[in-house]
Amino acid sequence: MLKNRIIPCLDVKNGRVVKGINFVDLKDAGDPVEQAKIYSDGGADEICFLDITASNENRDTIYDVVKKTSKKCFVPLTVGGGVRSVEDINKLLNCGADKVSINTAAVENSKVVIDSSKKFGSQCIVVAIDAKKNGEKWEVFTHGGRNNSGIDALQYAEQMEKNGAGELLVTSMDRDGTQAGYDIDLMSKISSKVNIPVIASGGVGNLDHLVDGIKLGKASAVLAASIFHYGKYSLKEAKDYLDSKGIPVRI
Amino acid sequence: MKVTIVDYKSGNISSVINSFKEVAKDKVNIEVTSDLKKITSSDKVVLPGQGSFKSCVDALNKINGLTDTLNEFAIINKRPLLGICVGLQMFADIGYEETETKGLGWISGIVSKIDNQNGKFKLPHIGWNQIDIIKESKIFKDIENNSHMYFVHSYEFIPEDKKVISATIDYSSNIVCSVEKENIFGTQFHPEKSDRIGLKIIDNFINL
Repeated sequence: MLKNRIIPCLDVKNGRVVKGINFVDLKDAGDPVEQAKIYSDGGADEICFLDITASNENRDTIYDVVKKTSKKCFVPLTVGGGVRSVEDINKLLNCGADKVSINTAAVENSKVVIDSSKKFGSQCIVVAIDAKKNGEKWEVFTHGGRNNSGIDALQYAEQMEKNGAGELLVTSMDRDGTQAGYDIDLMSKISSKVNIPVIASGGVGNLDHLVDGIKLGKASAVLAASIFHYGKYSLKEAKDYLDSKGIPVRI
Repeated sequence: MKVTIVDYKSGNISSVINSFKEVAKDKVNIEVTSDLKKITSSDKVVLPGQGSFKSCVDALNKINGLTDTLNEFAIINKRPLLGICVGLQMFADIGYEETETKGLGWISGIVSKIDNQNGKFKLPHIGWNQIDIIKESKIFKDIENNSHMYFVHSYEFIPEDKKVISATIDYSSNIVCSVEKENIFGTQFHPEKSDRIGLKIIDNFINL
């Protein structure tokens, strides 16, 4: 049986780990390579690096972080943030990333997803959707949540599947950093709309939120940052809890 | 001893290289190349594969003499070879991803899309699944049955001769996830991404 995945996410800025609260007020908290190793030893099913300020700054630090991490961690490594082109994806994969997540570039230029999934295979192309509720629908935001594209998130999710995305990483902008739980409505609507796996993100504050993301949100995987990063829960605690709720996990 | 990872410019093989180097330490020489002479002089060969069946076969064929060299290594000289993911799938006669494409034809069978039962099963099949070891295989030495391995694929290898199957997984149906035919080994899962247990499989292959 396929297991639901728990993916700790590390936000990285200038080669250092931070965790944004609503994308601002960053706190510095450690070396990403060491953090990733702790997570992989602790039973992380995957590790995600998000280079949060990459769109605006020199990105070379992330390549170095990915290179070092991939020599120490032997679970899948997803890297996103500031990925603009097929060449950026190529560089990250060559450094040892297993998957690359694309956000702004996927909105601005559909060819990036189409071309990269053809060139490298859908299995390594994750489209990250930052969505914010507006009335009855959700709109896709770009540039780390700063710009509203006005695009309907559900239609966009379907389009990205057609373009060749292998997975969707769906973040609720309304919930991110709030610890109030995933936007279950958003997750389940997108998950029902597409045939590719959905990774739920944004808003985890306790272990019940992870359970809800899978059971109610129909997500294949759940991503969380701060609850693991600040030691509120260990990965083992999270997995044991999911297991106790009847969710298949790798233990 | 020299283990060669075939670099035929298709997909991302850095994780395969990292994991083999981690296991080999300084005891075994890990070479990454498409040089035909170096492949021929290897003790063992690893054939990775990412992307589509067609793109991998096309990339193999682009390098003059490579398929002949691999054929000589694995089929004529019967030296140990490990195919990973699409590397395993290419053992088949035919693959149906993108378009009908001829494979290496080392193990009779086809590669076709996993039946998602009208959307009941998400594809790609991504994540950790437990393998059911149905036949003893040298690469499963000290690997417990029902161990978790990491998968990423939408297509499955269906061999004609079921005796080559060493392990399956349950996803929509029983899917072949490991084969052993004499000196030829293949895993649909990614041992290089399957944590310590995956590294043990790599270690088993290196120490065959």
